[in-house]
Amino acid sequence: MAKVTSLNVNGKKLAVDVDSTVSLLAVLRNDLDLTGSKYGCGEGQCGACTVLLDGVATRSCITQVGRAAGKQITTIEGIEKDGKLQPLQEAFIKADAMQCAYCTSGMIMSASALLSRNPKPNREEIVTGMNGNICRCGTYQRIVEAIQIASGQATKEVAR
Amino acid sequence: MIEEQSLVNGIEPDRYELFESQNYNFHFARRDFIKAFGLGIVFIVPAARALAQQRGQGESGRGANERLPNDIDAWIHINEDGGVTAFTGKVEVGQNTRTTMTQSVADELHVPLDSVHLIMGDTDLTPFDMGTFGSRSTPTMAPQLRKAAAAAREMLIAMAAAQLQVEPKDLRIVDARFLNHDKSKTLTLAEVAKGRKLVKVIPDDIAITQPKDWTIAGTSAEKVDAKNFVTGKHRYTSDVKREGMLYGKVVRPATFNATLVSVDAKAAEAIPGVKVVTDGTFIGVVAPDQQAATKAANAIAVDWKSPGQPTNAELFDLLRKPATGQRGGGGSRPQGSITDGLAAADKKLEQTYTVQYIAHAPLEPRAAVAEWNGDKLTVWTGSQRPFGVKSELAEAFHIPENKVRVIVPDTGSGYGGKHTGECAVEAARLAKAAGKPVKLVWTREEEFTWAYFRPAGVIDIKSGVKNDGTITAWEFHNYNSGASGIQIKYDIPNNDIRFHPSNSPLRQGSYRGLAATANHFARESHIDELAHAVNMDPLEFRLKNIKDDRLRDVLQAAAKSFGWGKAKPERGHGFGIACGFEKGGYIATCAEVAIEPPSDKEDKTNKRVRVIRVVEAFECGAVVNPLHLRNQIEGAITMAIGGALFESIQFENGKILNPHFASYRVPRFNDSPAIEVVLVNRKDIPSAGAGETPIVGLAPAVANAIFNATGVRLRALPLVPKGLTVS
Repeated sequence: MAKVTSLNVNGKKLAVDVDSTVSLLAVLRNDLDLTGSKYGCGEGQCGACTVLLDGVATRSCITQVGRAAGKQITTIEGIEKDGKLQPLQEAFIKADAMQCAYCTSGMIMSASALLSRNPKPNREEIVTGMNGNICRCGTYQRIVEAIQIASGQATKEVAR
Repeated sequence: MIEEQSLVNGIEPDRYELFESQNYNFHFARRDFIKAFGLGIVFIVPAARALAQQRGQGESGRGANERLPNDIDAWIHINEDGGVTAFTGKVEVGQNTRTTMTQSVADELHVPLDSVHLIMGDTDLTPFDMGTFGSRSTPTMAPQLRKAAAAAREMLIAMAAAQLQVEPKDLRIVDARFLNHDKSKTLTLAEVAKGRKLVKVIPDDIAITQPKDWTIAGTSAEKVDAKNFVTGKHRYTSDVKREGMLYGKVVRPATFNATLVSVDAKAAEAIPGVKVVTDGTFIGVVAPDQQAATKAANAIAVDWKSPGQPTNAELFDLLRKPATGQRGGGGSRPQGSITDGLAAADKKLEQTYTVQYIAHAPLEPRAAVAEWNGDKLTVWTGSQRPFGVKSELAEAFHIPENKVRVIVPDTGSGYGGKHTGECAVEAARLAKAAGKPVKLVWTREEEFTWAYFRPAGVIDIKSGVKNDGTITAWEFHNYNSGASGIQIKYDIPNNDIRFHPSNSPLRQGSYRGLAATANHFARESHIDELAHAVNMDPLEFRLKNIKDDRLRDVLQAAAKSFGWGKAKPERGHGFGIACGFEKGGYIATCAEVAIEPPSDKEDKTNKRVRVIRVVEAFECGAVVNPLHLRNQIEGAITMAIGGALFESIQFENGKILNPHFASYRVPRFNDSPAIEVVLVNRKDIPSAGAGETPIVGLAPAVANAIFNATGVRLRALPLVPKGLTVS
């Protein structure tokens, strides 16, 4: 079986030693201890495992690690810059766009990909773009608000 | 515990939510505390029960004995740096109780929010707690923590006064600093705690700050550790890693209630690094990585013998049969006479309502990491009942409870679905065989199949109403789904309300709000039917039959914000209203639905029902954190849309037919309506919990709105799993 021996994760080249058919999620979490990406279903249905591959939102649970080799992998751990939260992260806190927050990493990664291809999405575009991510606590309205805040187009303050 | 008792005696069948206090001997000696905490000051909060006993025995000895009260609810430690740590057996599962309880402690102690840290749900570090369920953290635990903080504040003021050589009444504490009247003498909390080694039991007559005087509580403080979640740093159970840890996998029976005939594990054992563990009907494997564990489990050939088992089609007939050998039964004493009430009525109505089993589907499936050190077992697991899981483990391994530690990291939600410890027991069994720590994370399919479900149920209602809108008779029978929220706030002189336990074909248990959703759905749908029977507006009809001011207030508040009675729904739309009461919270929900053409994926003959706008008014006494309360209500409404419109567990012959998110649909972004929350803040009433009750109004409001839009009355939850057939 082909082996993968290195991955580009969050701007760093990291050594691994895994079969290429193993899921990227398992390698990130178990081999590299990057546990911010979550297992929610293992079937690409919930989005909790979302990472970026060359900037494209990807379900890492159904992506073989061999397909990620050679690409730039960005996980939630790679979003902060110089120890500072980025606008999406700040906006999620400001809008209180989480409860148990198990979905939050995946939400932020999906939203990040959405904003890079569409910097000012309207509500409908956000709903369509984010529909593959499940928040079982039901904070969708606040996540939409957070994405609007992060893209500088919040129309109303989140009700406090 | 008045709240607890009223739930037990009144209506709540304990097989769905566990209220028994365990026979727990909590003997902590003063010196143990000092050893555990080192320097600083510890304030112990005896449980209400312990205080009652102490009063019975007289006051002698309290605070002087080496031995502390047996029954302790919480404790607070002030360390030498002036940092405050509060300890509670409650857990955080997304309801933001960590934040609101931290606010309560900071508020009472007069210290900044960020100087308070809560240790939660660790059976070695926190006092015994029955569990985090029943919306009881806010009404019962927060006041206990407040008492500790209030006592701490007063005792610290006395110590600071002695240090500063002033009278205690001349000192106050502001932002963790003690100040005298002209601020000429000050001390920090750290300066008072420094070098101390004290354990103090708080007096039980301490007064706590009333909501009108709150400064930190009552505000929209953000989630205390939000930064850890938006950076992925928080470690849930499934993220815990231990030295030398292996990965586990359990081989599941072919069906429910299957018996094991034979096992052949040779192929699995041949895989390098794999160990197969069989113990009675338990079959599992451990391996150095997750992939090998899965591969090994799949390589085990097992022959199971399965009995024939029912399907959804037979469900409601089965539930009508009385239970065998189960405790329970409930309802209140009948009032008046149903016969007389019906005789006095102008219109009579008899209808049946049903609800299907649904799944909690917490996004973090059950997970556990187990580690044995000699005969001591430590398990990290996401549970709403850390001490319950501790007992399960002690029982499963025949070891004393003091050899078991359960640690519950803030967990990826529960909704009442994580009361049990099966995953913890499995991980511990594997770890014991492996001689190494083992992580076990259930797959989504396992979570959908081997957890437990919200009970299904059948509800029969017989009623009578006069033409002027007065309800004269109310007979209500709930089969199986439960008695939560079964009581009425309608003033009906003749009523007979009962809960009948059944033999459930599937494993069932607690769920957010329990049966309050089913009972509100049936009752509020039926009330709507009665209103239409006498040609009255559904809001007016409710107000005519409800005297309770708190319920009237939320009804009127929701109706006002929704614009009820002001505008007619546009074509193809409908408005619905519902109200209710449960666990100290009052709720009214208005919903607008749109009946739309079918989408491409759905059956072309059926229309699509979308909930497009919801206004919900909620009153739960004094609001501790408006931001998180709003969020909680919005979340409950969103979750409720699933159970109202499409969620339903499909089963056949001991198998779950839809154990995936692809086949079990949960609400997504495009199901999410515009939600407006109206908070009715009653600072004159003690705070009640809010994690559950906001879920109960949505289903009937939506059913009533569908009737308003189409004239079709739907009496089964989910309402439109395959869309709406309009003839």
